[in-house]
Amino acid sequence: MADTIVQGGNENSTEQNNTDQKSTAHHHQPPKGIMRWILTTNHKDIGTLYLCFSFLMFLVGGGMAMVIRAELYQPGLQIIEPGFFNQMTTVHGLIMVFGAVMPAFTGLANWLIPMMIGAPDMALPRMNNWSFWILPMAFAILLSSLFMEGGGPNFGWTFYAPLSTTYSPDSTALFVFAIHIMGISSILGAINVIVTIINMRAPGMTYMKMPLFVWTWLITAFLLIAVMPVLAATVTMVLTDKYFGTSFFEAAGGGDPVLFQHIFWFFGHPEVYIMILPSFGIISAIIPTFSRKKLFGYSSMVYATASIAVLSFTVWAHHMFTTGMPLTAELFFMYCTMLISVPTGVKVFNWVATMWRGSMTFETPMLFAIAFIVLFTIGGFSGLMLAITPADFQYHDTYFVVAHFHYVLVTGAIFSIMAASYYWVPKWTGHMYDERLGKLHFWCSLISVNVLFFPMHFLGLAGMPRRVPDYALQFADFNQLVSIGGFAFGLSQLIFLVVMIKCVRGGTKAPAKPWEGAEGLEWDLPSPAPYHSHTTPPVIK
Amino acid sequence: MTNKTTSYYVPTQSYWPIIGAIGLFFIAIGAGTTVQQIGSAASSGTWILTLGIGIIVAMMFGWFSDVIKESQAGMYSDQMDRSFRQGMSWFLFSEVMFFVAFFGALFYVRNISTFWLGGGSNNVMTGQVLWPEFEAIWPLIITPAGDTTQAMGWQGLPLINTIILLTSSVTLHFAHVNLEKDNRKPLIILLAITVLLGACFLVLQVEEYVEAYRHMGLTLSAGVYGNTFFILTGFHGMHVTFGTFMLFVMLVRVLKGHFEPNNHFAFQASSWYWHFVDVVWLGLFFFVYII
Repeated sequence: MADTIVQGGNENSTEQNNTDQKSTAHHHQPPKGIMRWILTTNHKDIGTLYLCFSFLMFLVGGGMAMVIRAELYQPGLQIIEPGFFNQMTTVHGLIMVFGAVMPAFTGLANWLIPMMIGAPDMALPRMNNWSFWILPMAFAILLSSLFMEGGGPNFGWTFYAPLSTTYSPDSTALFVFAIHIMGISSILGAINVIVTIINMRAPGMTYMKMPLFVWTWLITAFLLIAVMPVLAATVTMVLTDKYFGTSFFEAAGGGDPVLFQHIFWFFGHPEVYIMILPSFGIISAIIPTFSRKKLFGYSSMVYATASIAVLSFTVWAHHMFTTGMPLTAELFFMYCTMLISVPTGVKVFNWVATMWRGSMTFETPMLFAIAFIVLFTIGGFSGLMLAITPADFQYHDTYFVVAHFHYVLVTGAIFSIMAASYYWVPKWTGHMYDERLGKLHFWCSLISVNVLFFPMHFLGLAGMPRRVPDYALQFADFNQLVSIGGFAFGLSQLIFLVVMIKCVRGGTKAPAKPWEGAEGLEWDLPSPAPYHSHTTPPVIK
Repeated sequence: MTNKTTSYYVPTQSYWPIIGAIGLFFIAIGAGTTVQQIGSAASSGTWILTLGIGIIVAMMFGWFSDVIKESQAGMYSDQMDRSFRQGMSWFLFSEVMFFVAFFGALFYVRNISTFWLGGGSNNVMTGQVLWPEFEAIWPLIITPAGDTTQAMGWQGLPLINTIILLTSSVTLHFAHVNLEKDNRKPLIILLAITVLLGACFLVLQVEEYVEAYRHMGLTLSAGVYGNTFFILTGFHGMHVTFGTFMLFVMLVRVLKGHFEPNNHFAFQASSWYWHFVDVVWLGLFFFVYII
């Protein structure tokens, strides 16, 4: 340890000797063994943990989707009981939202934000470790509830009352507390991100110079801190309604089941943007790189992101058009929802304008990014259809809704995470990934995901309800097609696993800046990035 | 390496976060099991819960003492101090949003759901078909199903408690002023008074709950009036308990001479927390008790 401190010319070195015996020794080399990962305070280690955990959860939640699609391959009940089917849809949703997409973004934030803003690490490194390690605990509880007497949660990931109160299994108490600690994890993680961005930027890194990924995460973190406590309050009321005789969601005591939906969606709608805003940041980094142009309309991107975040608090009841709300409320929420397509349209326009006349190349990250723009836009358009109150009376609770949110979450959020992984993995591992396998992964995913989700639009418009284990005969053909697409998409993700494992183990050496058009401080660091990012603040032009 | 005094302090590996995660794991399992075991003879849940809470308390003690040692060793820069302050502010914002959800539920049941159940707006048929006898008045002392309870007035204990909490905020503020001026004695006295006032508030709150349960039939399960009353005052009381404990720890640390006029983040954070709890009470007093 002596050399680092002596080099630093530190006046306090004698005081530090007592408490800081090991810390400086670790500043250059990560410790070895499993304890490195359990005790780490390093943003890169924690980012890696988040990303690996998220991929594991993606496979678990994906496995549940396979069970669902296997049951729906034919009409009638073949493989599983309807009760178990409900548990599969519920836990699939919970895992994909809280276990796969959100931790993947937090992992990317951990890896990238300190490098992008010129900081040595996250602002609160120990808390960072805590936020991660709560997650496996929470999911261990949630998954183990599937094996308990009475089964796991079966009320849909939205856990509407009275399904989650009067009619829920006894394991609901564990579901509630699992959600509580998941929420603690998200809030702590978000506080860390927001403080890092506000307080740790290198001198000269003004807000309007920040990469858009940092901007979108700043706003996402704000949303998380604002709405995760609301989710905590919601599950608390579910708990007291089920076990302590309260009647928040029970008309006989003066409450209202619709109150549940209001509070849940006040959390739930900003949550939707929590899962897509960081994607916008990722796409805004990748499209300019492979178009070899500056991002078109940087500041309008920032303002659009902020407007989406503000509007996200005023649209929640578009999930509840059929609950019998007053007409004024239906109109208000309809117009506010449609208003969101304006800032979203600005973003799509800017990405397309960035590509316009760029000298484009189509490496795997770019392919995923372009697919994101096209397919996310399809999801956005079906969202616009759902926003129209009178039309929603027909679409509500059909497969059309399932198609809509899978387009924005799978071909939106997940595709952007894939794009980000390919784009930054040379920086993380110091090796280039296998471009041929990457492209194979992309094309398999692209084709299968559309076979999987596109026919769901038709099923929904024809009237097939969501969350059913059995269906009328006329839906059989499309369901079979959807299931085949589903299995193909699931298997395609194993290619991704192979590419990533290969890339970690070896491959062509990656230069500091493997993409010729890339911009940003992370590319000034060598590949793989050193254990501590910017020990001295970099110079910002 | 840059000069350490200007660089950001990144702590070494630490055992406390993983211990905290394990503690939360036991708390979640224990609390869930305890709730499931209500009304049965089994008590395994309570033991697991107690274990979890014990681990978390130990974790906080150990983690904070590490932080205090580091701070006293002069390892924290101004930038680090700002990180702590901003982190605490955002944490308080999340707490505000937690209460916002319950206040939102209160507004909804007062102004919308009971109103509609009584046949308000275009819900005449709802009123007539479901519970024709039901009248929507707040406090809801007769539920649609016909259960009755009594409303808690704002005079008496709640008013005294309001005065106590407001006074405690003032004494805490002046304790802080004296800390910044380095007047040790008034600091200790004012801080001790604040802690005492917090404890008094809690005692009176318990008294009020006993009164409600024993004599008024006002319980957690007494329809939405009782639900919102106890969930709001209950979570507030829990926060007062934490706040009082935090201030008590600050008192101990003041007696140990930990703080300096220009370096006392922990004191500041506890004080913010206390003022936040105070503001929530004002909202409660107005919306739950008075109107």
